[in-house]
Amino acid sequence: MPVDVKLPQLGESTYEGTIGKWLKKPGEKVERFEPLVEIVTDKVNVEMPAPYGGTLTEILVEEGTTISVGTPIARMDTADGAQDAPAAEPRATAAAAPPEPSPPRNGTAAAAVPAIPTPEAKAPAKGDGPRLSPVVRKIAEEHGVPIDEVAALHGAGAGGRVTKEDVLKYLESRTAAPRPPATPAAAPAPGVPPAPAPVVHPGDHVVKHTPLRRSVAQRMAQSKRDIPHAYGVIEVDMTPLVRWRDAHKEEWRAREGVNVTYTAFFVRAAVEALKAYPGVNSTWGDDGIILRKAVNIGIGIALDEGLIVAVIHGADQKNLVGTAAELDRLGRLARDGKLTLDDVQGGTFTITNPGVFGSIWSMPIIVPGQAAILATDAIVKRPVVRDDAIAIRDIMHLGLSFDHRVFDGAVADYFLNRMKAKLEGFAGGDAALTDF
Amino acid sequence: MPEVRYIDAINQAHHLAMEHDDSVIVMGEDVGAKGGVFGATMGLLEKFGEWRVIDTPLAESSIAGVAIGMSVNGLRPIAEFQFADFIHPAFNQIVSEAARMRYRSNNAFGCPVVFRAPYGGSHGTALYHSQSIEAFYAHVPGLKVVAPSTPYDAKGMLLAAVQDPDPVLFLEHKRMYRLVRGEVPGGEYTVPIGPAVVRREGTDLSVFAYGWMLHETLQAAETASKEGINAEVVDLRTLAPLDKDTILKSVAKTNRALIVYEDNRFLGYGAEVAALIAEEAFESLDAPVLRLGGPDVPGVPFAKKLEEWFSISQEKILAAIRKLAAY
Repeated sequence: MPVDVKLPQLGESTYEGTIGKWLKKPGEKVERFEPLVEIVTDKVNVEMPAPYGGTLTEILVEEGTTISVGTPIARMDTADGAQDAPAAEPRATAAAAPPEPSPPRNGTAAAAVPAIPTPEAKAPAKGDGPRLSPVVRKIAEEHGVPIDEVAALHGAGAGGRVTKEDVLKYLESRTAAPRPPATPAAAPAPGVPPAPAPVVHPGDHVVKHTPLRRSVAQRMAQSKRDIPHAYGVIEVDMTPLVRWRDAHKEEWRAREGVNVTYTAFFVRAAVEALKAYPGVNSTWGDDGIILRKAVNIGIGIALDEGLIVAVIHGADQKNLVGTAAELDRLGRLARDGKLTLDDVQGGTFTITNPGVFGSIWSMPIIVPGQAAILATDAIVKRPVVRDDAIAIRDIMHLGLSFDHRVFDGAVADYFLNRMKAKLEGFAGGDAALTDF
Repeated sequence: MPEVRYIDAINQAHHLAMEHDDSVIVMGEDVGAKGGVFGATMGLLEKFGEWRVIDTPLAESSIAGVAIGMSVNGLRPIAEFQFADFIHPAFNQIVSEAARMRYRSNNAFGCPVVFRAPYGGSHGTALYHSQSIEAFYAHVPGLKVVAPSTPYDAKGMLLAAVQDPDPVLFLEHKRMYRLVRGEVPGGEYTVPIGPAVVRREGTDLSVFAYGWMLHETLQAAETASKEGINAEVVDLRTLAPLDKDTILKSVAKTNRALIVYEDNRFLGYGAEVAALIAEEAFESLDAPVLRLGGPDVPGVPFAKKLEEWFSISQEKILAAIRKLAAY
């Protein structure tokens, strides 16, 4: 029985993916759950398991093509009917479950909210016509706009659905420009006032957006738009820690099998400060500030094509060496493009380390869904006053960007000072690795 | 205008109706000496005497039957059921007799009874004091069913119901009695049975509600407006006959519809409104018509947590509004 294989939703807020490599050829037998195709998303690369067992009959989307979630990418012939339930359907029916007979834990009872089937993003495929709502169809017909033209729009509705507003906007732009634009799918993101498109001059070179670049752009813009950022910066004297680490890092590496980086120390210090000021480990919610129980620290990792944030889950459960080992693991996976969804999701606080590039004063942008982000800047030797004398010390800046809706400057400074005390209080000694 | 509670508006309407018309009789369990279990009939016995204010036995079928008999003999009874939950023994009298009287007698007899029934879940009222019964009765031709949501409407519609030549089931959500206040003129006035009213103008979607649900919905709409979702809220007020024009006009404007009702979702009142919109406003729709109703379990539970789970709160309405707006 022929069935379509559709691009599944591969993570929170992932709406499109790029076909990396087909792992099966048309005509090949495929076991259910056997890797079928590599999908590249803005966050991770995954091998998509076959949702059915049977024969791959047709590949509908070529390698390198980016499509939205729900688009059929291949056709399969299932061996004996469709008794195999799809393993990786788009999350179209996730909300359709009937209310469970147990009360929800916090009384919000999302269960009783009526379910709307998420409209599947439409493939420009042959056969069935585009799915448009009655009012959209009617407006298109009234204005003599071909239905296909409207269906090709990328709308502001769920899953890119074309809403009434979308078609009205399109009509306006259509009458403004005598010919339909070359890329009608480039509708502005909801809520963004359409900026005039920059002019490409002769000799300019356009670097096409990668999914990662697009995702970074969208999330950073959203954060700056929605979150009132405020900033605090303090100076930390890292001299004792730098001296000890320089003297012992090779010994540590030999003993523990992992490079104990400064970042590992920063994570430990941040964990302690987050525990002391839980407001920093939180997020702004509609009804209140959601204090996170988990301490999952995201770490910005620079890759050639952009920044990715990998997450140390349960950072408060790990000691210094454990933290260093996890940082090492995530760094390697990130560079190899092998991070899993779990590795990039669920962060509650983020640390970014522009210091490795020499920055001495940074004001990072908060990751949406969190309340603050810490920048650790370069450790630089500076003349400072100690006991009324000038001394040369290893100084760094810790900068905190925070959501001013969630907490105020005082909390930010308490938090930073707690980190400072922890880092400056580094005592060295044999137990340094286990006790810090 | 003085601000009064919902229950006071109901009480005022009783006093005025009885002063105005000697044929108006009030009857029901504890309506006399006690003044009603919620106080709706306070002061009537003292003012109008026991010939016109009658404490009945605990027998709802007879309350309805006697009231129907009175009405075909020239009286205008207001019959109170202490809780809507206890109206079921009178179902036969109301459906088979009152509702059909004019039809069956070839227009020889009307049946001008007002059946009053406090309905809906309040705090801790549980299985036997929380039921929503409107769908059973709105289904029956010949019966008018109203569920006013403000003190002004409660008084005006009760006076209109008393004057109506046919039977009216007058539903009062008991949670509103002491919680909802509003300006009410002291004198006599009527609010016509039939027309719905737009309580909040909006452009993005329409929410239809009645009774207590209207208040939860208005709160949710207010919150939604801060998120940039501009919801129109329509108070249906009269459930039968239904004001189709107001509903269709609103959907034509907003293209999206949500119906909120506290009764069990399955075959509840919202199903009829949804069907109407699907049939007559199809070409206006930009999203599926949604119903937010109570879960399909046999009753409003007593345990607080379970009651919260059952109840349609403004948070649930807000979630439904967000979902519909995002479609």
